[in-house]
Amino acid sequence: MDELEAIKVTFFQECEELLADLEGGLLAMQDGNDDGDTVNAVFRAVHSIKGGAGAFGLEPLVRFAHVFETLLDALRSNEIPGTPDLTALLLRASDVLADHVSAARGLGVVDMDASAAMAAELKIATDPNAAPAPAAAAPAEEAPAPAPAYVDAAAPIVIGAPQSDIGDGLDDDDLGFDFQPMTITLDAQAADAAVLDGNVWTVSIRPKSDLYRKANETALLLRELSRLGPIQATLDDSAMPALEFLDPEAAYVTWSVRVETDQGEEAIREVFEFVDGDCDLEIVRGEAPVADVLATLLDVAAPAPEPVVEAAAPEMTFEAPVVEPVAEAPVEAPAPVVEAAAPAPAPVSAPAPAATPVAANAPAAAKPAQIDVPGPGQSVIRVDPERIDRLIDLVGELVINQAMLAQRVGEYGIAPSSNLAMGLDELEQLTREIQDSVMAIRAQPVKSVFQRMPRLVREVANMTGKQARLVMDGENTEVDKTVIERLADPITHMLRNAIDHGLESPEERKAAGKNPEGVVRLAALHRSGRIVIEVQDDGKGINRERVHSIAVKKGLISPDLTLTDEEIDNLIFLPGFSTADKISDVSGRGVGMDVVKRSVQALGGRISITSRPGLGSTFTLSLPLTLAVLDGMVVDVAGETLVIPLACIVESLRPKAEEIRPLGPVGSVLAVRDSFVPLIDVGLTLNYRDRSPPPTEGVVLLVEGEDGSRAALVADAIHGQRQVVIKSLEQNYQQVEGVAAATILGDGRVALILDVDAVINLRRRGPPPPSDPTLIAAE
Amino acid sequence: MTRTVLTVDDSRTMRDMLRMALAGAGFNVVEAVDGEHGLEVLSAHRPDVIITDINMPKLDGFGFIEAVRVDDDYRAIPILVLTTESDPSKKQRAREAGATGWIVKPFNPEKLVEAIRRVAA
Repeated sequence: MDELEAIKVTFFQECEELLADLEGGLLAMQDGNDDGDTVNAVFRAVHSIKGGAGAFGLEPLVRFAHVFETLLDALRSNEIPGTPDLTALLLRASDVLADHVSAARGLGVVDMDASAAMAAELKIATDPNAAPAPAAAAPAEEAPAPAPAYVDAAAPIVIGAPQSDIGDGLDDDDLGFDFQPMTITLDAQAADAAVLDGNVWTVSIRPKSDLYRKANETALLLRELSRLGPIQATLDDSAMPALEFLDPEAAYVTWSVRVETDQGEEAIREVFEFVDGDCDLEIVRGEAPVADVLATLLDVAAPAPEPVVEAAAPEMTFEAPVVEPVAEAPVEAPAPVVEAAAPAPAPVSAPAPAATPVAANAPAAAKPAQIDVPGPGQSVIRVDPERIDRLIDLVGELVINQAMLAQRVGEYGIAPSSNLAMGLDELEQLTREIQDSVMAIRAQPVKSVFQRMPRLVREVANMTGKQARLVMDGENTEVDKTVIERLADPITHMLRNAIDHGLESPEERKAAGKNPEGVVRLAALHRSGRIVIEVQDDGKGINRERVHSIAVKKGLISPDLTLTDEEIDNLIFLPGFSTADKISDVSGRGVGMDVVKRSVQALGGRISITSRPGLGSTFTLSLPLTLAVLDGMVVDVAGETLVIPLACIVESLRPKAEEIRPLGPVGSVLAVRDSFVPLIDVGLTLNYRDRSPPPTEGVVLLVEGEDGSRAALVADAIHGQRQVVIKSLEQNYQQVEGVAAATILGDGRVALILDVDAVINLRRRGPPPPSDPTLIAAE
Repeated sequence: MTRTVLTVDDSRTMRDMLRMALAGAGFNVVEAVDGEHGLEVLSAHRPDVIITDINMPKLDGFGFIEAVRVDDDYRAIPILVLTTESDPSKKQRAREAGATGWIVKPFNPEKLVEAIRRVAA
């Protein structure tokens, strides 16, 4: 059953994709962008969800999907017209369907009342004449449910064979399926011997050419009949024309089969289920006048039978020997039939031959990489993410190793123009390319995050009474998996904010001469090695006066400070700015934009806002493409090598003595242009040394923390910028305050990656920090 | 002799289910994601039996069956269609296109293998 569980996992993955397709298609319809096939794709998505759900017996999901599908089917066959209202209904239905999928997955519960109400709405939309009474809707929803029991649902393919266990049944059959059943006898008397009245049937089969056109086969029908009991088959080829008049595609023969079975007429009819209408079938109880048939049969000219077979089934050459003996050697006749029939049960009696790689792989497929549908055209490989992570780790090691090698060679003072040095350069180039390529494997389109957003927008719009349309761009922009997982929260927040605070109410918009429906644009793009996410609304823009007054009221800035428009806009990111007075339930759940900013900065990202009054605002979020490597500045502190994330560093400088001002008993600040920034000796903060050397002897790195506060970190020397592979310290050692992670440098030494925020906070906990508001506003 | 079954279905779940059932019964399974792809795989693997879904992008089950039936090389290959419920009109259309038989979803492995046995030489 493990395999089934694995398929179930696949099913839910697929559901995610299908739900995304569904929503994407519906949104395209909403925007009037459907290309005719959209409604089909939308239908297929729901249909496939239902199909898979049926296989796993997920009843509520199947039932709802069925009602949904029925409406979509009516829509795609133009039985009902597509209207904006209908599309809106379908979108809401897709949300309910998504809830059903989540519930089936064990993530959350479905509001069954809401589901029933939606199902009722869908039914009314499908057939406006249907009883609209909601009370009637619930039972009606039950009605079309495909039976959960496999047996019932699959009934049409049951042929009434007594075997309940497939293995046993077919094994027995293998043995029992011998000369006896298919005997084509010329001796009418022989049949009399074992006749049990009532259990003998005569089946006459007259195939039409359509039967063969659909690749059905008389011999197989006879074989199926023989599973019900012993049979005797007689061929009547009296209708067979002479060879020169023979149409090879036509059917000329009639079979008369005597079946001895206690399973009744129904079981016999079921054998012919697939050929219903493609042959004249007559089933009568009792013996048939075989002799009559036989008479005509024997009158037939000898050469005829062979062409018969070829005419009937050109591809099935094995039938030739079956028929030929009718005229010539009846006793031998059955043997070839048995041979022809034997392969059918074979796969069952030998359940695990593992003869092909495909079959051999299948059971073990859950763990190793799966190759999914290796088509000649486009092919997709599904790989266990662990394998890729391992590969990325290894490439990280390779990068380190290459750097070590380069350093060692450098120590020998080899000329840069030497073959060795040039070879090393090439190696470095290649290593970098391999690293990029490997990272690209793990890159995923941001679609997986974006596709959750339309629903969010609908919900937030409903809740706030706004009309909002979401436009998405660049869904296929790729970014490392590690980053993607952490995009959802900031995007969610920015969208909520855009609708709740950015967009005006429909009335206000109308009054302002705008379309009552606001547009929120969510876009992803690559820009200079980073991924940029933009959330833009066409709302009222930031009310700068209000923002300024709030910031003053909360003591975040001094009242007499003159700020540029941009500076005022960015005040909303200040910790403590967003409160209940500004942030409603929807936007924040009490969380302000400062939290968003902090979480973005924790990823090495930045967030900013631009706004134009009356025209709207744009939030721009930029993040590194991966969290597996980091661009850092390598510095020396008290003899230790440290890496400071480049994303935090604003600039580096050598301080002059006159720029340094003491502050309090131990602290000091550095004058950077118009503001003062606290000086922090990294060596002191991390307890590498007891007292700081004069800052003028070192280098100062001006850094910006997550909350926008700045600090001047003092280091002894700078070694330069380097891309380093991030190694978790928590996993390999333990968490160390002030240290974010570690890396291995070219010389093989472990270097710690500085957690800039933690360092700033450590310092704050010591002597009180200077709380000069200009430090914050200087941004 | 191991027989090869070609499954054509746009749903990965369904392909996996079919594969599990068929591989478990000793069949060699090749897969395609839609009718167009099915025709490509068909020429590469020459399956003994084809199982196809009806609702698929690009080329649906009906079109796929018709395309197989007009090709002299493949027209004798039995084709089973997957139908979600016993929808008579869909089944009828599939038969008109040239389907040999059908399997009603949800199927269980026994029924599936039985249906194959009924149409495969």
